[in-house]
Amino acid sequence: MTQLARELPAERTRAGARVRLISALGPLTVAAGVVWAIVQPYRLTLLHPHGQGFWWLAIEPPLLVVAAGVVFAVFVARPLVADLEAEEGERGAA
Amino acid sequence: MEPPSEMVHWLFGMGILLLGLLMLAQVIAGPAVWARRAWRTYLWPGLAFGLGVLMWPVMTFFTNSAIHMVAHGVWAQGLMAMGAAELGLARGKLRSRLWKLATPVGIAVSGAAFLVHEQNDWLFARSAFLHHLIGWTLVGLSLLPLALIARPRSVTLQTAFALSVVALSVMLFADRDLAPIFGHLSPLAGPPHR
Repeated sequence: MTQLARELPAERTRAGARVRLISALGPLTVAAGVVWAIVQPYRLTLLHPHGQGFWWLAIEPPLLVVAAGVVFAVFVARPLVADLEAEEGERGAA
Repeated sequence: MEPPSEMVHWLFGMGILLLGLLMLAQVIAGPAVWARRAWRTYLWPGLAFGLGVLMWPVMTFFTNSAIHMVAHGVWAQGLMAMGAAELGLARGKLRSRLWKLATPVGIAVSGAAFLVHEQNDWLFARSAFLHHLIGWTLVGLSLLPLALIARPRSVTLQTAFALSVVALSVMLFADRDLAPIFGHLSPLAGPPHR
């Protein structure tokens, strides 16, 4: 009983840390793209589109980084965090 | 109508960044939680296979030289073989752990392809520098999945592998067709553009 009381909070803390880390990956990636766009605004051709061809308007590298972060956060991190929390719940119940 | 080659690097950079994020998430979550949803185990092998498939149009349309075509073609096959082997292992169709060798081989082939299709020296221009840097990084990186075959549960190796893939994406995003590197730009490269 004493051993359980000592181990459960440690397990929960570890699972909580994993949840926080995975939840942070997407927003951190988005933030990296936004910071890049602010530091090098000339990499965003959309801000000065006059005379630019299709590809220069379609492919904006900082926005690609933002898109990767959003895709990861929505389609991977969200269900993964749900699974981590479910696992933590099952462990708590057991 | 084809995009400038730097844009191809950026698009692949996005794919590699996603690949790195998936690998990082897998390490953080642990194998048991990662495998709770079957589709998740196919994610990064599927993405690697898809990047190999997308290398074929690069081979078809970027025909600067014969070595470019050969490098891109071999590269496409290396990535597809790596992705397919990992998909087979994830599905359970392939059982021998020797199939895990496809990943270090695929990465080493990718590195060699980067190195052989760059014919200029390191400081010719930024693109030349990054081709050398990415090529050697990939060759070195191939040792990590090789070590993971011997120590599959090593969190340190898995983390190093995932972070190296993220670093690779940063290098790809830094690529420019015509830009100086550390103040060097060969006059033979042409005038730099934005």
